[in-house]
Amino acid sequence: MNILTYLIPISLVLGGLGLAFFVFTLRANQYEDPEGDARRILSGDYDDRPKQD
Amino acid sequence: MTLMTATLRPSASACPACVAAPAAEALASRDLPRDAHIVLSLPTIHCAACMSTVERALQADPRVRSARVNLTMKRVAIEASPDLTAEDVIPVVEGAGYEAHELDATALGATATDRAGRDLLMRLAVAGFAAMNVMLLSVAVWSGAEGETRDMFHWISAVIVLPAVAFSAQPFFRNAWMALKARQLNMDVPISLAIGLAIVTSLYETALSGEHAYFDAAIALTFFLLTGRYLDHRTRSVARSAAEELAALEVPRAFRVTDTGEEQVPVAVLRIGDLIRVRPGGRMPVDGEITDGTSELDRSLLTGETLPVLAEPGRAVGAGEVNLTGPLTIRASAVGRDTSLARMADLVAIAESGRSRYTSLADRAAKLYAPGVHILSALAFVGWLVYSGDLRVALNIAAAVLIITCPCALGLAVPAVTTAASGRLFRKGLLIKDATALERLAQVDTVVFDKTGTLTAGIPELVGLDAFTTADLSVARALSEGSNHPLSRALTAAIRSADIPRAQVTDLREIPGYGTEGLWRGQPVRLGRAAWVRATPTHQTATWLRVGDGDPQPFLFTDRLREGAAEAVAALQSQGLTVVLLSGDTPGAVESLARRLDIAQWMAEALPADKAARVQALTDAGARVLMVGDGLNDTAALTAAHASISPASALDAARVASDIVLLGQSLAPIPEALNTARKAVKRIRENFTIATWYNVIAVPLAVAGLCSPLIAALAMSSSSITVSLNALRLR
Repeated sequence: MNILTYLIPISLVLGGLGLAFFVFTLRANQYEDPEGDARRILSGDYDDRPKQD
Repeated sequence: MTLMTATLRPSASACPACVAAPAAEALASRDLPRDAHIVLSLPTIHCAACMSTVERALQADPRVRSARVNLTMKRVAIEASPDLTAEDVIPVVEGAGYEAHELDATALGATATDRAGRDLLMRLAVAGFAAMNVMLLSVAVWSGAEGETRDMFHWISAVIVLPAVAFSAQPFFRNAWMALKARQLNMDVPISLAIGLAIVTSLYETALSGEHAYFDAAIALTFFLLTGRYLDHRTRSVARSAAEELAALEVPRAFRVTDTGEEQVPVAVLRIGDLIRVRPGGRMPVDGEITDGTSELDRSLLTGETLPVLAEPGRAVGAGEVNLTGPLTIRASAVGRDTSLARMADLVAIAESGRSRYTSLADRAAKLYAPGVHILSALAFVGWLVYSGDLRVALNIAAAVLIITCPCALGLAVPAVTTAASGRLFRKGLLIKDATALERLAQVDTVVFDKTGTLTAGIPELVGLDAFTTADLSVARALSEGSNHPLSRALTAAIRSADIPRAQVTDLREIPGYGTEGLWRGQPVRLGRAAWVRATPTHQTATWLRVGDGDPQPFLFTDRLREGAAEAVAALQSQGLTVVLLSGDTPGAVESLARRLDIAQWMAEALPADKAARVQALTDAGARVLMVGDGLNDTAALTAAHASISPASALDAARVASDIVLLGQSLAPIPEALNTARKAVKRIRENFTIATWYNVIAVPLAVAGLCSPLIAALAMSSSSITVSLNALRLR
């Protein structure tokens, strides 16, 4: 059962990374135009001027 | 880089750009004129190709610095050099093939940063993270971890759950506290109690190295309930932002005449006595009296009349009337809240006070539910305390009862369905503005329509072209092409499509307010108002042609039906609903339309108060009325009705008064909306039944003390998931 000493912190850190990443996406306004972003990725032309703020 | 050193603070050294950016911004705003920030609404945009077409078209203009389409909001935000205005860019977008309207950027301010939504999402993320990790630990406990391992897992869970709940469940605690302070019970009271009690008993149990801890239940509860709250918030904010957008569409500006010329000012700064210039096609911003110019006025939005009235100096005009042919100068006699437009609002206020307060299904469920839960868990606590005499057991059982009955599924039952239903209706072109509108719409059994601007498009259409000789028609074409009056335009279109050439008419000139005249083969010809060509006016909308000394002949017009109107009325009648037509127009016009659409009940020349009274009378007779209208004369009736719909072309006041706004031109989505609303209410009821059945099965177990944390977790998750899936069937 000693393996738990590693596994529990690892799972917590991984989960925490996921949370931190989500907070980053939220702060970076990535949920303002979900529909548009979903389609832009499929469009052929290069997105020269992505939204800045 | 040298610029930064002066402003650099120690704390910001990690990110020099963070300091440089505001500094540069401050510099820019001091020295240079501000960039133009233009927001356009693009109602018809729908695909990836549309986005790049619009952006490329806009960026081809060197003055446009950046253009970014937001497909979710159907808007484009443009940053441009200061001299660019919305009037310059709208033709560019329209040239690319998309409808575009200017939006008042300041009116949209609130939607740009949706702080509350982000805040909820953040709490949801934290709760989700904690719930996942705690579940992993709990699975180990459920599969038989014992002794010290179990205690350690419980302690780790506690360390994760305590801060997570303290952060994520704040909205519930806050609402519950507010309710208790007001000596009331709401859904948040049992929720907060369940979360609090679960944590306290679990800590107590863990400290005594007991078997059952409900940390996972406390956090899962928070997670599911926050999901419901977030969905609810999103539906509301989408509706609110779209409603704001509609309000922002009317950019209120007026042209004030001063000694130095004309200046464009916001309507709000106009004062009594100001001279205001109203161009053809413009709407009167205030009440006043005409001092200069002649024209015709379209009053259909205020009174429902389709016949334009003559406007000449000395005549009083009301705010909201539309100037048709010539420029007018008016002297303001009432502004702002004193205008006839604002007085209409008083009628609305009266109707509002008479409207029965509708209690939503969720509120009714909560009223039954909240006291029931408290009584049940208190009874379980007292019962077990008396039976076993053990406080610890009794507390454990009471916590289990609260957790099992906690309204996870109940909290999701309504928001999940309304989110799915409003999303579906939004794609069909209907905007739900009010949270309970769907429920009220589902109960409707009578539909009352307004005529002008609602069932009809407000665009005249010529009837009986065959009654005229080709020579007369060619003269009429020459005369009508010289004018921008709506009747002239309809006449031109009709004659042009009949392929009749234009006659040689010379000395063509338009006399605003009267018509156009000219010379044809040496004799004067006139096309215009009845009195001007010395004819007796008719009740039907008409323009008169007079050639030389001949008898004047009328061109008669009917108002064109709005797209989908006939289908909508037929579909509503086939659903077994009563359809009624109420209009302020003349009996002849109303009757002909009623006959055309096969509507048995109609009423003409109805004043705004009559309309509201008629709706009220129907309501008193036991009918649930859906009012569909667009004019100011409909606002009181819209408010008095059980549910109300107005087209996007309606005046601001009418849209504010109604629960649902039709975004497109067609009326066809209305029957579909009724169907969706009925289906949505059915799903809400099903969801309540599902939630109740889970409770009925699990509560006896909890009261009997047989409920382990595993059963609690299973009941909670599976009921929440079934409820959400059931709601998704609506999409």
